[in-house]
Amino acid sequence: MPDSLVIKNLNASIGDRAILKDFSLTVPKGEVHAIMGPNGTGKSTLAKVLAGHPDYSVQSGEAFIDGEQIIGQEPDAIARAGLFLAFQYPSEIPGVTIANFIRAALVARQAKGAPFDAKAYYAELYAKMDTLKMDRKFTSRFVNEGFSGGEKKRCEILQLMMLKPKYAVLDETDSGLDIDALRIVSEGVNRLRGPDMGFLVITHYQRLLEYIVPDRVHIMYDGRIVHSGDKDLAIELEAKGYDWVKKDLASA
Amino acid sequence: MSELDDNQAQRDAIAVDRTKGDFKYEENYAFDAGIGLSAKVVDYISNVKGEDAWINEFRQKALKIFTDLPMPTHWATEDLKNIKFDEIRYYLSKGQKASRTWEEVPDDVKETFERLGIPEAERKFLAGVEAQFDSEAVYSRMKDEMSKLGVIFCGPTEGLRDHPEIFRKWFGKVIPAGDNKFAALNSAVFSGGSFIYIPKGVKVAQPLQAYFRINAENFGQFERTLIIADEGSEVTYMEGCTAPKFETATLHSAVVELVALKGAKIQYITVQNWSANVFNLVTKRGVAEEDAEVRWIDCNIGSRLTMKYPGVVLRGKRARGEVLSIALANDGQHQDTGAKMIHAADETSSNIIAKSISVGAGRSTYRGLVHIPKTLRNCKNNTECDALLINEHSRTDTYPAISVRGQKNSVQHEASVSKVSAEQIFYMMQRGLTEGEAMSLAVNGFVNDLVKEFPMEYSVELKRLIELQMEGSVG
Repeated sequence: MPDSLVIKNLNASIGDRAILKDFSLTVPKGEVHAIMGPNGTGKSTLAKVLAGHPDYSVQSGEAFIDGEQIIGQEPDAIARAGLFLAFQYPSEIPGVTIANFIRAALVARQAKGAPFDAKAYYAELYAKMDTLKMDRKFTSRFVNEGFSGGEKKRCEILQLMMLKPKYAVLDETDSGLDIDALRIVSEGVNRLRGPDMGFLVITHYQRLLEYIVPDRVHIMYDGRIVHSGDKDLAIELEAKGYDWVKKDLASA
Repeated sequence: MSELDDNQAQRDAIAVDRTKGDFKYEENYAFDAGIGLSAKVVDYISNVKGEDAWINEFRQKALKIFTDLPMPTHWATEDLKNIKFDEIRYYLSKGQKASRTWEEVPDDVKETFERLGIPEAERKFLAGVEAQFDSEAVYSRMKDEMSKLGVIFCGPTEGLRDHPEIFRKWFGKVIPAGDNKFAALNSAVFSGGSFIYIPKGVKVAQPLQAYFRINAENFGQFERTLIIADEGSEVTYMEGCTAPKFETATLHSAVVELVALKGAKIQYITVQNWSANVFNLVTKRGVAEEDAEVRWIDCNIGSRLTMKYPGVVLRGKRARGEVLSIALANDGQHQDTGAKMIHAADETSSNIIAKSISVGAGRSTYRGLVHIPKTLRNCKNNTECDALLINEHSRTDTYPAISVRGQKNSVQHEASVSKVSAEQIFYMMQRGLTEGEAMSLAVNGFVNDLVKEFPMEYSVELKRLIELQMEGSVG
């Protein structure tokens, strides 16, 4: 499918532990899909495998961004192909300011030696920061160094807004956020929603999905998707708890 | 025969050699002291330069010291044993005077410096430029307003010949020939470098720049620099160094002496990017008199082995000394760098910030010496050394020697070792940076606060050099 993030029969492991087991999912561009599931079920692994993390090995299966195979590519090539991962635990980069970091990421997407429009860049950066209610001084802080949980997540969404990928994977973006920060981050994501971007929102709790209302909800368990439905599935899951999924599977 | 005639005769004799040299050497050097080191080689250099007898004597004495001193392998690396002094060429020059316009510089040499961007930098932001190709300067020019103020900017041959009353007093005094084996070697065969005098109260706003280029294989470059800043004057001097990649080892052994008289300020900036087979063994020291300031900014990138510990002797009250140092050791390279602060008067202060980066199997070593004797009062030193390791094969060592005695003197020492983690690299690559770009961004972040101290043009150059090194280190 040309206009989708397509994951087909993906099997991946870390060391000799199999984590993704024949995982398949299609996220059409313009849609927001949520993946929910208990801890240790492989949600974050999915995000890292898609992004090409070197610690994970893929035994079989494929993944495509608008028809382009990304499995086996280097993380930077996957990123430039159009996949953005908002990290659950973003790394600190001492001495590198946010402004310089995002600028370097944008320059990496340009043709070698092409001029960079710094003025337009700062205008856009400041506008996006305003929507995320970030102080302008933030640009000169070092990436994630000494940030609160909420600041880290806002910084991830700022990067997402600036880099404008085809698909964004948000890995537990709600963890560590208070209610105000959750609202601001969600508003940022909602502004990006549109025909040009697809979202895969990974979360443990239904709370985030009250703010980022998904088109589809998938329940993941033991390395694969076991249930899919509309936004009401998340509410049902919240009410019944994950034990329901486990029992349901056992009886199936 | 008068001395002048004598010199002329020697020059004439050498002029005959010149034609032979033209046939013999592909590099087309008019003057070539041959291979290996001897009293004859030292005489040859003195003769070519038409030096006064006392300089030749100074050289010959230094040669004897060099021969007598053992190789300092008891504290430094055994790799020093691999320098083959008998296979090195100690003097090579095209035999022409340094030009005052780039047009007069021979085409191949000019092209070298144009590639390095020197003429462009000169037009943009420099008060004066000297470009040295192997043993001698090929270009030397200072803006006219500087000459009018009485600023002297020339090579040691011209300085000792034309301004002995200024330079002889300090030449070899800050760093005597016997200081160490390599200072002795330089004192015996020195050629090229800069002699600078800034008159009382003159503040040179734009930097003076020298560029050192090794072009010939198996060659030793031994430039000698002496900068005298007279009372209340200020100057910034910058040097850049490069060499092409050769199959065999090349030796660069410079001596740099700085004299900051009462209330003067000297800032000395080095950005070296030697190729990976250059032994870079350099002695740098400054003297700061009352209320004077000597500041070394030292960036060591490349080379096979660098041993360099810029120092300041704080000789007058309230003198200040500073060393800001960045060393990047890539695969197969060893950066053995540091700083020396010798406090010799009350209320003197010194600051050392050293950052090293070890990449691949690269090794970096910090050696520091801070000395405050017990007779002094109210002296201060601050030392910070930070090391960054890029992967598990790289190595860093810190050897700080601090001797502080007496009342009311204070010392602060901080050291840290950090590592660029695989997670950091993955995070940056997820934003679209290549592995090399990610590593160079991390390295630039690590040195960021020091680089801010550099003139803008140099911080851009340094950033680019780091990028080149990191790109090259990714397999």
